[in-house]
Amino acid sequence: MSKEALLSLDGISVRFGAGRKSFRAVRGVSFELYAGETLSLVGESGSGKTTIGRAIMRVHPLSAGEIRYRGQRISGAVNARSERLLRQKIQMIFQDPMASLNERAKIDYIVSEGLYNFKLFKNEAERLAKVEKALLEVGLLPEFASRFPHEFSGGQRQRIGIARALVMEPEILIADEPISALDVSIRAQVINLLNQLKRDRGLSYLFIAHDLSVVRFISDRIAVIHRGRIVELAASEELFLRPLHPYTKALLSAVPIPDPEAEQKKKLVIYDPSIHDYGREEPIWAEAAPGHYLLGSPGELAAWSS
Amino acid sequence: MSTTTKAGPLRHALTLNESACVKGDTLLEATDVVIRFNLRGKTLTAVRSASLALKAGETLAVVGESGSGKSVFAKSFLGMLDKNGRVASGSIRYRGAELSSLKGEREWLSVRGSRIAMVFQDPMTALNPLKTVGEQIREAAALHRGLDKEHSRLLALDMLARVGIGEPERRYGQYPHEFSGGMRQRAVIAAAIACGPEILICDEPTTALDVTIQAQILELIKSLQRDLGMAVLFITHDLGVVAKMADRIAVMYAGQVVEEGLSAEIFYDPRHPYTWALLASLPQLGVKGEELFAIKGTPPSLFKEIKGDAFAARNPLALKVDFEHEPPFFSVSPTHRAKTWLLDPRAPAQEAPDTVRRLRARIAEAGKAAGLREPNAPTAVAKADGAKKRKAKKAKEQADE
Repeated sequence: MSKEALLSLDGISVRFGAGRKSFRAVRGVSFELYAGETLSLVGESGSGKTTIGRAIMRVHPLSAGEIRYRGQRISGAVNARSERLLRQKIQMIFQDPMASLNERAKIDYIVSEGLYNFKLFKNEAERLAKVEKALLEVGLLPEFASRFPHEFSGGQRQRIGIARALVMEPEILIADEPISALDVSIRAQVINLLNQLKRDRGLSYLFIAHDLSVVRFISDRIAVIHRGRIVELAASEELFLRPLHPYTKALLSAVPIPDPEAEQKKKLVIYDPSIHDYGREEPIWAEAAPGHYLLGSPGELAAWSS
Repeated sequence: MSTTTKAGPLRHALTLNESACVKGDTLLEATDVVIRFNLRGKTLTAVRSASLALKAGETLAVVGESGSGKSVFAKSFLGMLDKNGRVASGSIRYRGAELSSLKGEREWLSVRGSRIAMVFQDPMTALNPLKTVGEQIREAAALHRGLDKEHSRLLALDMLARVGIGEPERRYGQYPHEFSGGMRQRAVIAAAIACGPEILICDEPTTALDVTIQAQILELIKSLQRDLGMAVLFITHDLGVVAKMADRIAVMYAGQVVEEGLSAEIFYDPRHPYTWALLASLPQLGVKGEELFAIKGTPPSLFKEIKGDAFAARNPLALKVDFEHEPPFFSVSPTHRAKTWLLDPRAPAQEAPDTVRRLRARIAEAGKAAGLREPNAPTAVAKADGAKKRKAKKAKEQADE
């Protein structure tokens, strides 16, 4: 993996509401997404993982920090050219394949909408060729272009969502729980498709999920988020084999194991945030082992790492 | 069905065999149930002659994809099919009484809630947003147990505490929106068990929840089942989550039970190609960098008559006979049976895919390193399993020659 940072997040915070009622959904999050890797954000609902994805897409303004794409700032006020570039190069796939496709539009239009907006084709023949290529790439037949979303199954709809992103020739795909709404057998098809596209196209993924078994299979690195903060970030296997933060341990212990005997023996770890005394000692973001980052007070870091 | 029962009080709509049930006695037995729906002039057969037996005190998991008919099947035990649906044939017997002949809400109420209770997938839609959580649990208890206000309130408080909701007195007066998703599901479970049911049907109770909360809810259902001696029918699409819960597992596909057996038999010695496929597609068993096993295609349309084995079209190992004739059940052990021609003595020996056979080793590998669990010692089941596999392999080699 080349260590070229495509996307860097530098201490970003997102605040919703104003004044006394304001709520910081994301608090000082920093990480880098390298070219060709899959970085997963995992955490429970309300942890801010989706908000981070949306902040990158400029849906939510930042209250602090900065996001850069290939060294170029893309957060806050940016000129029209960078915004255009970003809109094309970073694409998103959503959780619910039914809600994210326009019911009244044919697949042909859904997939080409981005092309129309960006005038990415010279003539009609080129547009059709692009749509056809995108559909074939996700394993759908080109003749599906004249159908409507309701004519497809959940897995096929998710493929249409992926085709719509691919047609823009993005570098980064932000996938927000793309498989949570799918059945087990369909889930495997979509995971394979995402992996294959990553290989063939050299895509980078920011994969947002709460299902750790899928995340382990698909990611190169994993960032664990709890209440708007990344508490641990490490290479995928490293995190599963040597989890250091108590929250990560709790999360891993909750992953169901498809083996009755192992499952009976498993002990569920429950995370109690009150073990931290951050009023006295501010937590710091430190490298506990090469490439393995951890959030904790200096005392905790020493205790967890040993 | 008699006219006298209609006017009678709730309890007497059914003649139940009230002899005490010991663990292991059959409580609920569904035999050859066919459920049909009328949809826009067409008939959809959601459940195609499925049979299940639930024994007292056990947990039976029903696993299948969406559209396999698992929820519809379970709903028919409670008379909760949508208006356009009906049990077309077959029998559903609870303690010796025929449930499928019950008519109307009033008759069903003698079973639903008090005898057989249900927990749904989405706790937000199962609770009334305009009523306090405590009141909803109290109502259920008052209706089904005939308790007065004070007693049912005490019972509801007890139930809240029982399902692990802290400060029950304060929580009693709160509304569903003040509860988190996991807490709401606990409240729904409290309402279900407040009526003291013998059978608790859980329809994907954790699908809408986070992993950590999911694990806690599963533990809760398990411990309640132990303490109250209920039988639990657990419906899910994820084989991964039932390993902990289930004593027995029934796998459903296209409206039929295709394999059932003890939990260990299904995980360590599955026989139906669909069960193999379900297990093999679990990401927990995937090897990084390799393709994850995926079942090709989609389930068959249930509007049409299905010829032969419903899974044949998606099964790369399908035999010719699978497309022609529907397979019967073949017994593997007294507790384990599967509906596949592969078990017919005339069929060529066919082993489960590699991933499935090495399930135990894979899991141990992944888990050992995490330091969260002890590595598994080989057990009697595993050894017997191995012997069987070797035998099958030998047979196959001979067949190949």
